[in-house]
Order: sequence, then structure tokens, then C-alpha cells
Amino acid sequence: MTEAVLAIRDLRLAFGSRRSQSAVLHGISLHVRAGEKVALVGESGSGKSVTARLAMGLLQESPKVHATGSIRFDGIEAIDGGPEIARRRGNRVAMIFQDPTSALNPTFRIRGQFRDVLRSGGRRISVADADARAEAALAEVSIPDLKRALDSYAFQLSGGMNQRVMIAMALANRPALLIADEPGTALDVTVQAQTLALMHDLTEKRGTAVLLISHNLGVVREFADRVYVIYRGRIVEHGTTAQLFRDPLHPYTRALLAAIPKISGGGLPDLPERSPDFESPMITHEGCGEPQGFSA
Amino acid sequence: MILKSTLRRIGAALIVMIGISMLIFAIARVMPGDPARIALGPNATAEQVAALRFERHLDASLPVQYFEFLKALSRGDLGRSLYTNRPVTTDIAQFLPATLELVVVSAIIMVLIGLPLGIMSAHFRGRVPDHLGRLIALIGVCTPAFVWGVILQLFFGYFWPIFPIEGRLLETTPVPQGPTGFYLIDSLATGNVSTFFDALHHLILPALALAMSGLGQTARLTRANMIDVYDKPYVEMERAYGFKPFRIATRYAFRPAFIPTLTILGLEFAAMLGNAFLVEKVFGWPGLSRYGVEVIIRKDLDAIVGTVLIIAAAFLIMNIVVDILVGFINPRIRLAAGKG
Repeated sequence: MTEAVLAIRDLRLAFGSRRSQSAVLHGISLHVRAGEKVALVGESGSGKSVTARLAMGLLQESPKVHATGSIRFDGIEAIDGGPEIARRRGNRVAMIFQDPTSALNPTFRIRGQFRDVLRSGGRRISVADADARAEAALAEVSIPDLKRALDSYAFQLSGGMNQRVMIAMALANRPALLIADEPGTALDVTVQAQTLALMHDLTEKRGTAVLLISHNLGVVREFADRVYVIYRGRIVEHGTTAQLFRDPLHPYTRALLAAIPKISGGGLPDLPERSPDFESPMITHEGCGEPQGFSA
Repeated sequence: MILKSTLRRIGAALIVMIGISMLIFAIARVMPGDPARIALGPNATAEQVAALRFERHLDASLPVQYFEFLKALSRGDLGRSLYTNRPVTTDIAQFLPATLELVVVSAIIMVLIGLPLGIMSAHFRGRVPDHLGRLIALIGVCTPAFVWGVILQLFFGYFWPIFPIEGRLLETTPVPQGPTGFYLIDSLATGNVSTFFDALHHLILPALALAMSGLGQTARLTRANMIDVYDKPYVEMERAYGFKPFRIATRYAFRPAFIPTLTILGLEFAAMLGNAFLVEKVFGWPGLSRYGVEVIIRKDLDAIVGTVLIIAAAFLIMNIVVDILVGFINPRIRLAAGKG
């Protein structure tokens, strides 16, 4: 069994001032091994996006964020954020966002932003080298006119094109882990499928681990090797994609799976807002425990 | 196409100028008091006053007077001041450079201090440097320019007298001769470094006093706009991709925030032309604002119209410059203009 790239242990998070806090995560544990594709599935507000952002150390700066537990990534502890994880952002770990067009700065060309991506973590790289690498990265995501794309602003490119640019930026520094937060949800379904397939192929080819954050079970089923189901700040079920879809055991997972709309009709099945059953203990499928004595 | 939109703006500005000229022309003439009597003083005879009224077409109807005014204007003639008895253009040419120099230096101070202050506040949002920056900005905005003038004079001219408190130059310093009337530029152009530093020395306090309110406004706007930008997904992307926080603050979050700030900055700059009067009064600065008020009190018709038109023109020119700059730094406008 390969070592975990990312290992989150008993992650708890509360937002608020010192006096009044509201708990958001109640002890999340999950891990992603090198080259593995893991999905974190849940509805909006379940805590999946903040988990991803905590893992990258993006929230800890705020005095209103109180996180405890452990986030091991790439040999360091990132639970408190700090310069070590900051230095790894953009090169050891990268992120892809919901809406690629709004995730690119509208007042700068792609070229300049790409240069700064390549310089992340304090890398020194000449302008010429950076541009050459940016072009190579864009070529890998099948962007036809490289120079034109680099000299464009995000609002001049289509959503699908921007998503390719984002994927190229994410993978340009060969990260060990790619966090995809509802990638392309803002795009139309065909483009979303295309770019997901592209992301799948490229990460597969390079052995990049992926943590896919999604509420779309169809996407998860096609993309992930292993799935965590998160509900109201807790992991409720964990198994391989095959196990989970064949034999969902937790009442919440069953409800979630039942809520996939079917072409055969019958409208959108209801997912009950809350049910006491959903609070039942976590279910771990066979062979899917959290690694003990890990050293990520 | 930038040229085309600029031409359109200049056209609009000319129309505004015509409107302003009509308005100020009429207002100056309906003010109570006989300008000829005021100019000649109480000892003048009724015949002298009547002669002056006739000479200046003051007995003609308003449209006729306005037509005469336009006819003269087409020759570049703004009429004669009843008070100084010189062409208004000569008076303006004498007083305008001093005001413009003061306002331009103030604007530079406003930008050089206001923008970094706002960037610092936004970057350290909610922490000590932010609170400090906001306090400075608020005090700057709340205190009128002439009060700043008095405060600065008191502290840096009296308690700790390191700056002169009056005039543009020491009496012993020869006035630099040059085409611009800006002492800083003219003295440098003639290679007279000591005059340059003397002029700068005299400029700092009044320019700072005049800059304070715009400076505070600039800092507050920059902060507010940058904080909006910090919540945008692209700033999260930049952080997630390891862009340095300082670089985000000074470049990636600053530029989108600067676009709306710049528009207001232009207006602040123009407002300085008006605010300059009190500062000029406090610092004995021989500028146009002071001249403008003197001529209004004396109901010096041609001088009033001329002064107002020059200030309006400066306002409009500033607006056009800002529009062009906004178009230049905002790629959406620039590229849309390029297409159409």
C-alpha cells in the first residue's frame, strides 16, 4: 500500500469569535494516497469545501477560524496553516475551481498569471522559460492557439477554454495532489464532461493524486477510486466507489443515491432535509480503514 | 477607436463649457450691484460710470452681451478686468500656474500616500495597521483643508519651524523665468537647483494641507474596493496557487480595485481646484482661487466669467484624462473600444 499524500485526522472546525462559535466539522478523517482519486461527496453546506480549503491552509489565517486535529501533507503538518503549506501551494498541491472564468483575474492576461503560478513557492524562473513552460502546459490540455490564449484575458475565452487553462495551471508544476472543488459546475454538461475526462487522463498519466469535491454522484462514480460521504460535518460512509455504489449501507448515502434523477422519469426524488437516521454511526467498507501510524 | 471615443468626450465637454459659460454669464450679471460703480469707486461721477457702462456694453441686453463675449472669445479674448484693468487672460496666465502647481503637487501627494495607505489597510484588514490606516484616513477626510493648513503651520512653521508658512519663494530667491510658470519645472529647466529646493520647501505644507482630504478619501476607497476584490474567486485562486500575499495586494487585487477608485480620484483632483482657495488664503499663495474670490467680491464681470471657465475647463480636462486612463487600465473597456 502506497503512502498517503494527504492524511487528515480528526479535523474539527468552528467559525466565530472566541466566545460564540458554531461548529462546522466534527472530526473528519480521510486520506489520499499517491496517484489515487478520492471523492468527497455531500450536499452544499456539508463541509466538503472548507475541508479542502483547510487542507491547503487557505482559511487558517482568519481569526474567526478555529481548526483542530491534524492535516499531514507532503511531510508537514498544516493544521495551523503557515509558511510551509503556503510554499507548497501551486506546486505540491493545486486547486481547480467551480467556475474557471471567475477564477482568473479579469485585469491580467493569462500569460502574467501563468508566470506567477510557475513562480509559486519562491521558484526563480526567467520570463522566457516561464512562457515556454506555460505554452507546453497549454499544449497538453489541447489548446489550439497557444500564443493567443496566453495573450488573452479570461473574459475573451470560453468557459471550456478557461477550464483547460486552469487545468494546465494546476498541473504545470507537477503537484502531488490536485484538489478539484466541484470542477466546472458552472459550465454546461458536455464541456464539464470533456474537461473532467481531460483532468482524469492527465492526472492518471502523471500519477497525480486527486481529491474530488462534488455533489454529483454521476461524476464521482466515473472519476473516483474511493469515496467519502460527508453529512453535516461528519464522514458517514467510506468505501471504494464500487462498494459504495453497489452496496450503500448508511441511510444518508442511500438517500443520496436515491436522489439521483432518472431518465425514466418520476421527477426528482426527495432527499429529506434531515432525518435521525442520517446521524447513525459511520460505516467503513471492507479494506478501507484510515491508515494507522501514518507518515504523510 | 480610443481616439474616436476621446473625440466624442471632448465634444461633450465643449457643450458643457458652452452651458457653463451661459450660466455664469447670466448669474454674474443678475448679482446685485453695479460693476461700473464698484470699479470706479464712490467718488466717480455719474457720467464716468455711464461712460464705462457704455464702453463695456453693460446697457445692452443679455443675449447681445453674450454675443459680444463669444465674438471676443473667438479671438482668445476674455475681456478686461475692471479691477486690475488688464486683460483677463493676462491675469489668469499670471495666477493660474501657481494654483496648478499647488494642485498637481497635492494630487501627487494624495496618490503617493493615499493609495499605499488603502492597500495597507486592505492587506491587514481587521488588524492594527488597518485600524491605524483607517483612523488617519478618517481624520484626513473630516478635517477641512484650511484647518490642516493652520495645524501644519502651527507645528512645522511655529513649534518646530522647519518649513516656511507663506509665499512661493523666499524674498531673496529670484523668480525663475520659464514657459510653464511652475517654479519647480522652470527652475530645473534653467538648472537652478537652489531655487528648485526653495520652491519645493514652500510647496510642501500647502500641498499637504490641500491633499489631506483627498488622501483620506483615496485610502478609504482603495481599501473598500480592495476588500471587495479580496472576496472574488480569482483572489482565492491566486492564494491557492501560491502567489505572494504582497504581490496580490500590490498587483492582482490592486488593479481591479483601482479602476473604480480612479474615477473618484479624478473628481477629488478637480475638487482641489476649489478647495485650493482657502489653502491659498492661509499660505499667502498667489494663485487663481484667491484672484477668483477677489473678483467676485468686486463684481468684476469678465474676470468672474473667465476664472470660472478656466476652472470648469480644468475640471472637464481632468475628467477626460481619467476616462482615458480608466479605459487604458480596464481591459474590458479597452478591448471593447478596439472592436467598435
